[in-house]
Amino acid sequence: MVNLTIDGKKVCVNEGVTILEAAKSAGINIPTLCYWKGLNEVGACRVCVVEVEGIRKLPAACNTAVHEGMVVHTNSRKVRDARKTNVQLILSEHDCRCPQCIRSGNCSLQTLAQDLNIIDIPFAKKVPENTYSKSFPLNRTNSKCIKCMRCIQMCEKQACNIWDLINTGSRSTVGLREGYSLEESNCALCGQCITHCPVGALTERDDTTKVIDALNDPDKIVVAQIAPSIRTAWGEAWNLSAEEATVERLASALHIMGFDYVFDTNFTADLTIMEEGSEFLARLGDADNSKLPLFTSCCPGWVRFVKSHYPEFVDNLSTAKSPQQMFGAVAKSYYADILGVEPSKIYCVSIMPCLAKKHECAIPAMNDACGDPDVDVVLTTREVDRLIRSEFINPAEIEDRALDMPLGIGSGAGNIFGATGGVMEAALRSAYFLVTGSNPDPDAFKDVRGQDGWKEATFDINGTTLKVAVVNGLGNADKLLKALKSGKVSYDFIEVMACPGGCVGGGGQPIHDNVEMAPERAPTLYSQDAASDLRFSHENPSITAIYKDYLGKPLSEKSHHLLHTDHHAWSMPNE
Amino acid sequence: MSRLSNITISMAQETVEELYKDIERNIQTSQPGLCPVDLAAAFIHLSHARSCGKCTPCRVGLGKLEDLIEAVLDGKATIEDIDEIEKMSDTIFRSADCAIGSEAARMAVKAVKGFRDDFEEHVKYGRCKFQNFKSVPCVSECPAHVDIPGYIALINEGRYDDAVKLIRKDNPFPATCGMICEHPCEEHCRRKLVDDAINIRGLKRYAVEHESEIKAPVCAEATGKKVAIIGGGPSGLTAAYFLSVMGHECTVYEQRDKLGGMLRYGIPSYRLPREILDKEIEGLKLSGFKTITNISVGKDITLEQLRKDYDAVYISIGAHTDNKIGIDGEDAEGVISAVEMLRGIGDGNMPDFSGQDIVVVGGGNVAMDVARSAIRLGAKTVKIAYRRRKVDMTALAEEVEGAVADGCMILELNAPTRIEKTDDGKVAALWVQPQIVGEVKWGRPAPVNADSPEVRLACDKVLVAIGQGIESSHFADNGIPVNRRKIAAKDTADFDGIDGVFSGGDCVTGPATVIKAIAGGKVAAANIDEYLGFDHEITSGVELPPVRFADREPMGRVNMTERPASERTKDFDLMEFPMTDQEACQESARCLQCDHFGCGKLKGGRELKW
Repeated sequence: MVNLTIDGKKVCVNEGVTILEAAKSAGINIPTLCYWKGLNEVGACRVCVVEVEGIRKLPAACNTAVHEGMVVHTNSRKVRDARKTNVQLILSEHDCRCPQCIRSGNCSLQTLAQDLNIIDIPFAKKVPENTYSKSFPLNRTNSKCIKCMRCIQMCEKQACNIWDLINTGSRSTVGLREGYSLEESNCALCGQCITHCPVGALTERDDTTKVIDALNDPDKIVVAQIAPSIRTAWGEAWNLSAEEATVERLASALHIMGFDYVFDTNFTADLTIMEEGSEFLARLGDADNSKLPLFTSCCPGWVRFVKSHYPEFVDNLSTAKSPQQMFGAVAKSYYADILGVEPSKIYCVSIMPCLAKKHECAIPAMNDACGDPDVDVVLTTREVDRLIRSEFINPAEIEDRALDMPLGIGSGAGNIFGATGGVMEAALRSAYFLVTGSNPDPDAFKDVRGQDGWKEATFDINGTTLKVAVVNGLGNADKLLKALKSGKVSYDFIEVMACPGGCVGGGGQPIHDNVEMAPERAPTLYSQDAASDLRFSHENPSITAIYKDYLGKPLSEKSHHLLHTDHHAWSMPNE
Repeated sequence: MSRLSNITISMAQETVEELYKDIERNIQTSQPGLCPVDLAAAFIHLSHARSCGKCTPCRVGLGKLEDLIEAVLDGKATIEDIDEIEKMSDTIFRSADCAIGSEAARMAVKAVKGFRDDFEEHVKYGRCKFQNFKSVPCVSECPAHVDIPGYIALINEGRYDDAVKLIRKDNPFPATCGMICEHPCEEHCRRKLVDDAINIRGLKRYAVEHESEIKAPVCAEATGKKVAIIGGGPSGLTAAYFLSVMGHECTVYEQRDKLGGMLRYGIPSYRLPREILDKEIEGLKLSGFKTITNISVGKDITLEQLRKDYDAVYISIGAHTDNKIGIDGEDAEGVISAVEMLRGIGDGNMPDFSGQDIVVVGGGNVAMDVARSAIRLGAKTVKIAYRRRKVDMTALAEEVEGAVADGCMILELNAPTRIEKTDDGKVAALWVQPQIVGEVKWGRPAPVNADSPEVRLACDKVLVAIGQGIESSHFADNGIPVNRRKIAAKDTADFDGIDGVFSGGDCVTGPATVIKAIAGGKVAAANIDEYLGFDHEITSGVELPPVRFADREPMGRVNMTERPASERTKDFDLMEFPMTDQEACQESARCLQCDHFGCGKLKGGRELKW
């Protein structure tokens, strides 16, 4: 243990603890800006500087370890001056037109400037210009970047390394490590750089206007699908708990806006299980096992990552489309038939926790239902929140409204798709049924739950031993693929979600500075699953119906046409 | 009225002089990897500040040049502007009245010609093409990328065993390098910004001298793979050590009696005592590799045979043949090559130069080694004849100074022309043609004959130290690519289209430093491991103490001291004194810990494994 004094308080902490943590333990708050615990402790902004008696220089509290007998002042005149000057310097290079910034109200710089009572900037304003295009799903606004370096660190953690510190001196900024545009980069579109950005420098492409246009087009039947993880997070903007901000409440808001039908992606998550589970059993039955392990393919960030970094593994990806794309294909075929309308009249909006979904829906080959894109537009959770705000709807004050049928019902198995391990667990529940003809205990496969980056489990189904792996975060996926490539590990089935913790921690989800949200949100999905009467994908009545009335059976010709895809039909820039 | 007055330096001028010194050190620490266009702009700005303002091209032109380059940096220039920069620089160079303007413009011309593609990158894409910021200068400049701030922090904590263990993760020759490394790590040490580079080599030596005992490394499970290493010098032994740690069965084939290569057969023991070298090699052998000495690949066994018997072969034969001067009389008795002389000494055959007059030909470190050895072998006089100036010698300045202190006389600007023989064929004298320094060619002024007659240097021996070659013919005959006698391995130590053969060290780079040879062995070990189908990781397992936070006020560098010349020239014992505890404590505390402070914290601070 180390004893020190902070602002006159005696503090005793473990060796190796930073001044910042030591102060926090004593109830003393030191402001930070670039710091993100465990990810970015680089002391770049110099906001958390403190004074240590006996030393002239002011160390960064975020990355200076405590020493025995240290006397620290967190708010001395020197510290206040340095802190304020540094924030003013950052502001002198920042586009401070806050009212038109997406992050206004949820911006660490804005809050800090206000906390420090900064009401003017004594320096000449010199804001860098913006040079990037706005067409890619991920946008970077140079004039707002404060060079905190979090995006670089996060991208490195995600094993993509597209961001880097480029140029020198006053022109140092964040840029692409290789290549000249995001379109040409190997960006997986996980969006984690956005959720870790303290300001509005990194954002999703805003597609809300497209949705407003469709809602105002009398010829369009606008349908929405809501991804599983949205129900854990969409109400955070209004400080609503997940119990209050239900999927039914969101459906209600969407109807108020003018959506014609609101459905559940959980339904097509169940459909994915039927197709992907059957595909897995078919591949497992193959004599040469050449296509094993099977990789899940519902996460488009993961698909982009495999294609650009490990193209030799593309054929291991399940050919089953993601739930989002299955939904689009079903909406513009099966559901159009039910409505008795031309499929092209249906305008399909997805509400997703994800940026890569914006790319996925635009893949030219994803047009199997009628030739138009199966999904027309993807809104992230943040965009749908902005849309609700712009309609002046207060979600706390509206009634829940049931989702529409028949595409609005999903099982608990489909519901847990939004968290790491959920797809695997759902698949195993139904695979067990498909092999044995009877249901397992719905919690039989719970070993694959939890926030660990790389989980392994072995299950016995009817005498066949299945070795499965579940990874979340592309850094872990990278490690797994390396190990797989070198023959160090072998599995039958692997689930990968690009974002840490899965879609609940998705790059399109609401942003909370310095908090990893996946561990907070995932329990919502599991408690909903536990509370559900319907815990198996194959028991979803709408699933039974669609196979009976339309698709025939899993992997049928019609299923293949609508619900499967060729991952070689499009290329990543460097593939 | 007084007609004249004495000059008193004003406070302002004194401060400026101090600032000049600061910027001198600042530039010395400027590591590679910075944006060249940004630097060029800064240099021209500095030059412009020196302009008196009398002449148009310098006063106005340099400013316009700066504006143009700034526009390039801001991504606001056009490709035509780059041509304009070149044209304008040329005009300023030609029309400036004095060197302040013309030399500034010459820098701009050099910049545009030297890295035009980077100018274009800035114009087209608003970014630098070559920038590759090196976070930790010492680590990036060390060819073996030893974790220098890490081991210095451990020394400061008194954890010497851990310090040496950390060094061995990347360099299994800490004792040797503590004695004789050319320490490229100190070249751009950021501490020079404050005062002077850290004495890294001295600290390494200190750590090794305080290591309790060399323990056998923990080796990975045996892989069943066999690797032959041709040559038991620093590169070969490094590869053998790391490959053994990785679990491969290694055998070192050494053509001489003992291991060590140039460390034994090229470096005099007053710089690297034999007992230290022997102890280091014995320590390396604890990793378990086998050695066969007195076996020459090409004579006693063929490369082909080794390729059959082993899964991989590493060629690290060094550069052990001598270069000839190519002058008349070189065949005289008493003309001895440096390689031959140092090899004899390495095997313990000390020639007796008592009472003799010796002339050494050459200006590199090896020339200094033979000259200083000759003094220790009893020579009456030792002269070093060199055709360029003393300052142009390739030997380290401290070696040249050391040779002079030992009593060697440096005859700069004297080109050997012929060796005069006695009737019975022995050396009688070396004739030299005095030179005058001339035009700068390839960065060094080239000497030309002076208008004065040849000079006769009467002597008994001529010691020739003008470089070494590589005996690579056997390998060339067996299909290994060779370029001007150097083995043409790729940067990854392998060859296109030749399976299982790797090469590194002096035989690839040409005669170079021990640390480069070690780095070659490390690279080869990693790539041989991968070739054999493994990906073993080499780690140290050493945890560093928390980073010290302290003001690093200017503080002198602890330099190494030596035994007085009058004493050290009487024997071949170690010349250099060790650092004291007090010195090592102070010196290690000077380290700025660039692995933590600055960009090191952001990226590449420490490499924990390879």
